[in-house]
Amino acid sequence: MSQISINHDEVDIVIGALQLDLKSFMEEWRPVFSLFHLIIVKDPDLKGELEIPAGFNFDLYTKSDIDGVVGSSSNAISFSGYSCRYFGYLMSRKKYIISIDDDCIPARDSAGNFVDAVSQHITNLSTPATPFFFNTLYDPFCKGADFVRGYPFSLRSGVDCGLSCGLWLNLADLDAPTQALKPELRNTRYVDAVLTVPARTMMPVSGINIGFNRELVGPALLPAFRLAKEGNLRWETVEDIWTGMCVKVVCDQLRLGVKSGLPYVWRKERGDAIESLKKEWEGVKLMEDVVPFFQSLRLSTSAATAEDCLSEIAAVVKEQLAPANPVFARAAETMVEWVKLWKRVQTQ
Amino acid sequence: MATADISKSSPPLKDELDIVIPTIRNLDFLEMWRPFFQPYHLIIVQDGDPSKVIKVPEGFDYELYNRNDINKILGPKSSCISFKDSACRCFGYMVSKKKYIFTIDDDCFVAKDPTGKEINALEQHIKNLLTPSTPFFFNTLYDPYREGADFVRGYPFSLREGAPTAVSHGLWLNIPDYDAPTQLVKPRERNTRYVDAVMTIPKGTLFPMCGMNLAFNRELIGPAMYFGLMGDGQPIGRYDDMWAGWCTKVICDHLGLGIKTGLPYIWHSKASNPFVNLKKEYKGIYWQEELIPFFQSATLSKDATTVQKCYLELSKQVKAKLGKVDDYFNKLADAMVTWVEAWDELNPSAGGSTGVTNGSAK
Repeated sequence: MSQISINHDEVDIVIGALQLDLKSFMEEWRPVFSLFHLIIVKDPDLKGELEIPAGFNFDLYTKSDIDGVVGSSSNAISFSGYSCRYFGYLMSRKKYIISIDDDCIPARDSAGNFVDAVSQHITNLSTPATPFFFNTLYDPFCKGADFVRGYPFSLRSGVDCGLSCGLWLNLADLDAPTQALKPELRNTRYVDAVLTVPARTMMPVSGINIGFNRELVGPALLPAFRLAKEGNLRWETVEDIWTGMCVKVVCDQLRLGVKSGLPYVWRKERGDAIESLKKEWEGVKLMEDVVPFFQSLRLSTSAATAEDCLSEIAAVVKEQLAPANPVFARAAETMVEWVKLWKRVQTQ
Repeated sequence: MATADISKSSPPLKDELDIVIPTIRNLDFLEMWRPFFQPYHLIIVQDGDPSKVIKVPEGFDYELYNRNDINKILGPKSSCISFKDSACRCFGYMVSKKKYIFTIDDDCFVAKDPTGKEINALEQHIKNLLTPSTPFFFNTLYDPYREGADFVRGYPFSLREGAPTAVSHGLWLNIPDYDAPTQLVKPRERNTRYVDAVMTIPKGTLFPMCGMNLAFNRELIGPAMYFGLMGDGQPIGRYDDMWAGWCTKVICDHLGLGIKTGLPYIWHSKASNPFVNLKKEYKGIYWQEELIPFFQSATLSKDATTVQKCYLELSKQVKAKLGKVDDYFNKLADAMVTWVEAWDELNPSAGGSTGVTNGSAK
C-alpha cells in the first residue's frame, strides 16, 4: 500500500469497551495503539472496573461522564452496548477517528505480515475516493495501480474520503441466521484491495472496523437505531448498519467517498449464532424496510452539511418509516437529539 | 506448459460456449491455453488482409472468418463491422449459435495465482456467469456465491436471490490495461497485485469494460455487445470495448441483469505502442467527457423489454444527443441499427428478440 506519512496528532482511536478485561486486546494492538491517543468509552451498563494495561495515552469515559455531558438528552439517546463508542466520537476533536471492536486483534496478510489497520484506514481516508465511475483495478491511488483505459480524465482527481470500512478474517460479520446455517464458515480469504463504493450505491457498513473523517462526516456516525432486544453481540444489533446507511447518504449528498476493503482485522470467536438467533430476529426483518428506504432517499439540494443531511433524513424517517414500527420513530427522535447534542458539544 | 487434466469430468458448458478470438497475426498463444480451451469450439475472426493464411494449431475445433467472409455473410450490413481493429471480434458474437461467449486477445496467456497454480480463466468465467449477481446492494465481502463467502449482516434476505449474470469481466496481470497517456508516464508499471475477488458492479454505476478477457451470456445480452466503428477509416480506436461496455451496462441496469468484475486473471504479455495508442485514443479522451454524462443519464422506456429494443432506443438517443459532438456519432448510431438488424437476421427466433422473457424493464 502507498506510504502516507501520518500525523499522529490528527488521529483518535476510539474503543467501546463492552468487556472489563481489555488487557489482551490492548496488548495485541500495542505496536499500533501505543503511537496514538486513545479514547476508551466504557459501556454504561457494564459494572466493574476496566483493566487497561500501562503504556497507553488515553482518556477514559464512563457512565458518569456520559450523564454529565449529555444531560437532558440522555432520555432520547442511549449509549449502551456498542453505542458507547459514539460518545467517544462526540468527545474527540481530531480529524480522523478509527474504531475497532474490542474482540478484534491485528490480522496477518497473505505473506504473514502484521496488518497495521490504523495506518491503512488513515491511508484510505487521506487519499482520494472515486465514487462516480468504477475503476476495475480498484484503488487507483495505490502504489502499482492506476486508472484504467476508459476512465474519464475529468474524474481522476477524485473526491475526499469520508468513511473507510475495513473487513474481518476468521469470524466475518455475517448475520445470525447465516452463521447459524454455516457454523464452520470462517473467512480465510485476504482480498488485497481497497475500492470506492460508488455514489448512490448502498451497502451494509459494519461498525466492527472503521475509520472516518470527523471533520467531514462526524455527526453522521450516530447512535440511533436501537432494537427492542438489542444485545452485546453484533448478531444482536443492527445499529451500525443504520448508521452506515446514513453516512453513505450523507457522503453521496456531499460528494464524498466511502471506501471498502483493506484493512482486515482478526475477529475472535465470541458468542453463539444459534443462541443469538433464538433471541433476536427483529434486526434481520427490519432490514427489508430499511434498505429500500435508504436506496430511494433523496435529500434537498440545500442540505450542505452532515448536520443538515441528518435532520432531513430524520424528518423523512419520521414521516415514512415511523408509522410502521416504533423503532423507527425512536430512531428519528434520537437523530434529532443527537444533532442538537453534537452542535452543542462541538462548539464548546 | 499447462498440464491440466482435460480427461476428467466433462468441461462445463462444453457445447454451450464459443470462444471468440480476433487475430491479425497468428494463434500461437493457443498452445498455452490448449488444456483449458481444446474441448471448446473456437470462432476465429481474422482481421486485416484476408489473403493471409492464419494457422490454427492442430486439434482445435474452429470456424474462421476473414473479411471476405464477413462481407459475404452480411452483404451491405458488413459496414457495421470494423476493419483493421480488434473490434471486428463482435462479428464472432453474431455468428455464434451458442448461449455463452468467451473472448480473449491473442497476446493473453495463462496466469498463475499466488500459490503458483495455473489459472483456468474460462472455468472461472463460467462460474461467474452461472451464479447470480448482486447489483442492487453492495456486499462488502464481494461475491457472496463464492465458496467461503456469504452475504454480510445487514444484507436484506429479499435481495439475496440476486440477478442473472450477463457479463463476466476478467482482469490482467503484467501489462495493465492503461490508456496511452498513462502508458507514457508509467511505461514500466506492471500489475502484480492478485486481488482474490469477484464482485458485481452496482446498478447505476458505469465502468470501463475491457474486451481482452471477457465472457457473457449471449442469450441475455448478446445484441448489446456491439464493438462499434473503429480502425480503418474511423477517427477513433481503442474505444470499442468501452462503447460496448457502457451500452451493455445501461441495458443490464434497465433489464435487471448483473455484471461481475474481478477474477479471473490472465497474463497480458504485450504492451502496445503508446504513441500509436495515443493517436487512436486522442479523440476519445475528449469525447469521453461527453459520453460519460450521456450514458450516466441515459434512461430507457418501459417498452424496452428486450435487448434489441433497448439497443435501438439507445441508438436514437446517441443520434439525438451525441450527433452534435461529432458526425462520427451519427454514423455510429446508424451502425448500431445495422448491427441489430444483422443480429436478428442471423439469429432468428420466436419473436426475434433476446432478453429477459418477462421483460422486467425498470
